[in-house]
Amino acid sequence: MKSGKARQKISGAVVRRVLRSIRPYRLLLILSLVLAALSVGTQLLIPILSGWAIDQMLGAGAVNFAALWPILLAIAISAGVTALAQWGMSECNNRMAFCVSRDLRNAAIGKIQRLPLKYLDGHPTGDLVSRVIADVDVFSDGLLMGFTQLFSGVLTILGTLAFMLYIDVPIALVVIFITPLSILTAGFIAYKSEKYFRRQSQIRGEQTALINEMIEGQKVVQSFRQEGPVLERFDEINGRLRHASLRAVFYSSLTNPTTRFVNSMVYAGVALAGALSAVGGGISIGGLSSFLGYANQYTKPFNEISGVVTELQNALTCAGRLFELLDEEEEVPDGPQALDLPPDQVTGAVELSQVSFRYEADRPLIEDLNLRVRPGQHIAIVGPTGCGKTTLINLLMRFYDVDGGSIAVSGRDIRTLTRHALRRSYGMVLQDTWLKTGTIRENIAYGRPEATEEEIVAAAKRAHAHSFIKRLPQGYDSPVSEDGGNLSQGQKQLLCIARVMLYLPPMLILDEATSSIDTRTELKIQDAFGQLMAGRTSFIVAHRLSTIREADVILVMRDGRIVEQGTHDALMAQKGFYAKLYNSQFEGAGD
Amino acid sequence: MNKKTRHKLLRYLKGYGRQSVLAPLFKLLEALFDLLVPLVVAEIINVGIAQNNVPFILQRCALLVGLGVVGLACAITAQWFAAQAAIGCATAMRHALFQHIQVLDFSQMDALGTSTLITRLTSDINQVQNGLNMFLRLFMRSPFIVFGSVILAFSIDRRAAMAFAVAVPVLSLIVFGIMRLTSPMYRRTQNQLDGVLRLTRENLTGVRVIRAFGREEQEEEQFRRENQALTRMQLRVGRLSALMNPLTYVVVNLATVAVLYAGAQQVEGGVLLSGDVYALVNYMSQILVELVKMANTIVLTSKALACAGRVQAVLDLEPQMAFPREEVAPEGEEAIAFDHVGLTYAGAGGESLRDITFTVRRGETFGIIGGTGSGKTSVVNLIPRFYDATAGHVRLFGRDAADYPKDQIRREVAVVMQRPQLFSGTIRSNLLWGNAGADDAALWQALETAQAAEFVRKKPLGLDEPVEQGGRNLSGGQRQRLTIARALVGRPRVLILDDSASALDFATDAALRRALRALRGELTVVIVSQRTSSLQHADQILVLEDGQQAGLGTHEELLASCPVYREIYESQFRKGGESA
Repeated sequence: MKSGKARQKISGAVVRRVLRSIRPYRLLLILSLVLAALSVGTQLLIPILSGWAIDQMLGAGAVNFAALWPILLAIAISAGVTALAQWGMSECNNRMAFCVSRDLRNAAIGKIQRLPLKYLDGHPTGDLVSRVIADVDVFSDGLLMGFTQLFSGVLTILGTLAFMLYIDVPIALVVIFITPLSILTAGFIAYKSEKYFRRQSQIRGEQTALINEMIEGQKVVQSFRQEGPVLERFDEINGRLRHASLRAVFYSSLTNPTTRFVNSMVYAGVALAGALSAVGGGISIGGLSSFLGYANQYTKPFNEISGVVTELQNALTCAGRLFELLDEEEEVPDGPQALDLPPDQVTGAVELSQVSFRYEADRPLIEDLNLRVRPGQHIAIVGPTGCGKTTLINLLMRFYDVDGGSIAVSGRDIRTLTRHALRRSYGMVLQDTWLKTGTIRENIAYGRPEATEEEIVAAAKRAHAHSFIKRLPQGYDSPVSEDGGNLSQGQKQLLCIARVMLYLPPMLILDEATSSIDTRTELKIQDAFGQLMAGRTSFIVAHRLSTIREADVILVMRDGRIVEQGTHDALMAQKGFYAKLYNSQFEGAGD
Repeated sequence: MNKKTRHKLLRYLKGYGRQSVLAPLFKLLEALFDLLVPLVVAEIINVGIAQNNVPFILQRCALLVGLGVVGLACAITAQWFAAQAAIGCATAMRHALFQHIQVLDFSQMDALGTSTLITRLTSDINQVQNGLNMFLRLFMRSPFIVFGSVILAFSIDRRAAMAFAVAVPVLSLIVFGIMRLTSPMYRRTQNQLDGVLRLTRENLTGVRVIRAFGREEQEEEQFRRENQALTRMQLRVGRLSALMNPLTYVVVNLATVAVLYAGAQQVEGGVLLSGDVYALVNYMSQILVELVKMANTIVLTSKALACAGRVQAVLDLEPQMAFPREEVAPEGEEAIAFDHVGLTYAGAGGESLRDITFTVRRGETFGIIGGTGSGKTSVVNLIPRFYDATAGHVRLFGRDAADYPKDQIRREVAVVMQRPQLFSGTIRSNLLWGNAGADDAALWQALETAQAAEFVRKKPLGLDEPVEQGGRNLSGGQRQRLTIARALVGRPRVLILDDSASALDFATDAALRRALRALRGELTVVIVSQRTSSLQHADQILVLEDGQQAGLGTHEELLASCPVYREIYESQFRKGGESA
């Protein structure tokens, strides 16, 4: 009960937001409503007009052609007006629906650029994508189309009633009396079928999960000869699905025939009442014909409306999910006094003082971390999984803000700099090799779109990517498909390195930058990295020894703290945690 | 879709023959009753009202109610049969497809990819179900009502019905023409939407890189551009398809005007009564509704047929590998022998393996090393016959690999794959995949060897600890050790570890190798690794580079003779602090 109330309150807020997003198109909305009213009005005129027309045909030799002509003309004109109004209405609705969803998607993507990584890391990509794509679709279809359908549906019902009352009150009462029957049956069917639909979708979900798991692991399934048992499990679910689906589909398919049945009862009722009235001289044959025309379509809007209501609810839920995303708190914007830091002013000095940070309030991660990096120093960070290596990088790049203490770059607290300026100072190669859909060239030039061809090729050569790029069918213009799916993990990593080689930032962050490259190629890239790192402050996370040993300072992290700090030789001499890690070849310890 | 697909589809309807005939038949009956209604009303007007015949009116109105009741009964029967046939067919198809996927070759699975198989098993078959259901219900009804209305109109009066002869073709032209024009536009719009979806995903997955390079604005701008293009396309196709209702409406009403006019003339001439004119007008309005339904049915059916075609395409894939049925006895001292083996994957440009020759004796440990993409996995995939060599011969225990039945070769050779894949259930249920009959003692023994016993023991529920889908609730190293244990439970003659100790730390890796050595004599082990440290105690090591054999021998021999091996070794064990 309580949650229901809360939901209603949210819905109210959602409705207001929806109205606000429609506001720029309110003229279209008004126009659409006017056209809807117009088209309903002219549409409802036609049964009356054709009734009048039939009334002009009293019998052989008694047809009043003089009166018939204008009526026929009026039918044609009404039909024309209805058609034009309908077309105009759909144009308005389409414009509104598509433009509002465009606006919402644009707002969402802008929002995504400003959301803190804390939010983005904490929400599955698939979920956010579906809010921006699928939810917006359902919203625009359901809400805007639904809204106008609802409006014209209600108008049609009211108009029909008015016209029927105008022609003949008692017969109209017959119709009004039978109507609730239709609503009741529709409600009953919807109730029944929803129960089975829920069960169907639940079993379907179960089956999809099994399918996903087994098809993805098909090679394992086959190599362990599990084809039979897996098929048995599948068939068991399949059998249940069949049972539920049969009922869901059957019950929901009853809507049409039962509506038609109720309709034909209304029809028979009108025919009876009308015919009896006509016998008594109360209504003309034409009037009866108009009545029957109305009775034929009278229940249709009722069904549409009940459909629209569920669609509207659906649309509001989807809109709510999107608004939730749009309402998320953004990164604290750069203050008005935030400073720019031109690359030539980056000295390369980095100082962390008393830094503390935690992802979750009750789980301390980094506590009281102090570190002073002199310009041009190379800092290697090592330690077991979850010790905070990647977190440190998140803090340096200001993907996350520290909870306590401060980080300074070139002597300035990074919170006094614009984020762009800070991030521009670093070049970053991560273990996660993200590439953009586009060409190889665009990807290498991602950080410097204005780079010349020679610069791009030179960077690729330094990253030892040139030779494989040349072998691709279209060389530097070869397309990179989604997630770089057409490239091997190692090739993707080489491209990420080339990207940084071209960017030439004042400072470097290499987070497992060569983890997917075999050791021989890595050895070759080392030289290039060496050149790149010369004179640049660099932070290196790696679990391969060769990458770390030459560092000026090795930070050994454990549980968010720096437990040891020094050069390789000094740390080995200490025979502490580092020496232990080293002696186990470092291997595996970094994963 | 072609006839063949349609024919094959019928196979799944087998067993539902009765339902698939009865469903449309009952629909037809219902339609027939629908068509009679205007005639009855015309009689009420022409006879009942004109002659003030109240009993006649009562009788005919009772008939109307009767027609409605019988129509409803027919319709419900039809829906029931249609649902039974459609769902039965979909269930059978789903079963057939899932079963068929189980026997596909690895190369066929590679070619198809998992995501499309999943789509075909789920949404494609659902589409078939919907399409078939709709088809059974409407393919008879709609044309029957359209043509029935025309015929009945003509039977009432030929002259007044002429408008029908014109209106029906014009309406069909509008309905089908617009559908034809818009369907490729809808497809293009869908593609554009996929593009917008891709951009959204990219902006999320690449958020760190985008922000690191400060490219937020450019990304947003590109999104806006693509989004605007999408909106334009949506508007264009929306404008066109919005023409359908108004145009058909105008045509129907002009035809009604024509019917009224012609009807009036016939009434004037004494050929028709006003009730007949009413019936004619009524038939005209029925036609439009059914035409639109018919068009929708055609769209849905053709979509369903396309989906059925996609399902059928997988079912038509015949496994390329033949396996004999008779089990054979393994013999000889040679566990694995490769004789000038080459492998070219289906559809690949070049050879993945060329001229590989080596022999592994029973009980030996054999190492395979090489860079990324050097063909290590390709070599081991030939041993349990996941793929067939395209050149040379692979022999297993003295016999050609192709002489073993599928079940036997997969039992004799257990592969622990690079990606440690577990399935939802419990630790026990995963281990039992190796051998369904294994008892707890056997499971624990396998866990001990795989260095997994300790962490399993620490789990609150031990062997019954739940495993989530894909083993998400376990660490990478734990997953790897469980997959090794799973392979050991089956007591294979050959165990292949395809880089499957990569997430283990040095000590655990060493302990694992020690434990495996203890099983020596019964077990031949093939270890694939990128680390020389994991292989240096192997009896033989095969060094691969670009799919070719770059060396074969013991660690010491290779260090002395194989430059590639030496380079790999040195890249991992380089001492001192030179260069960087």
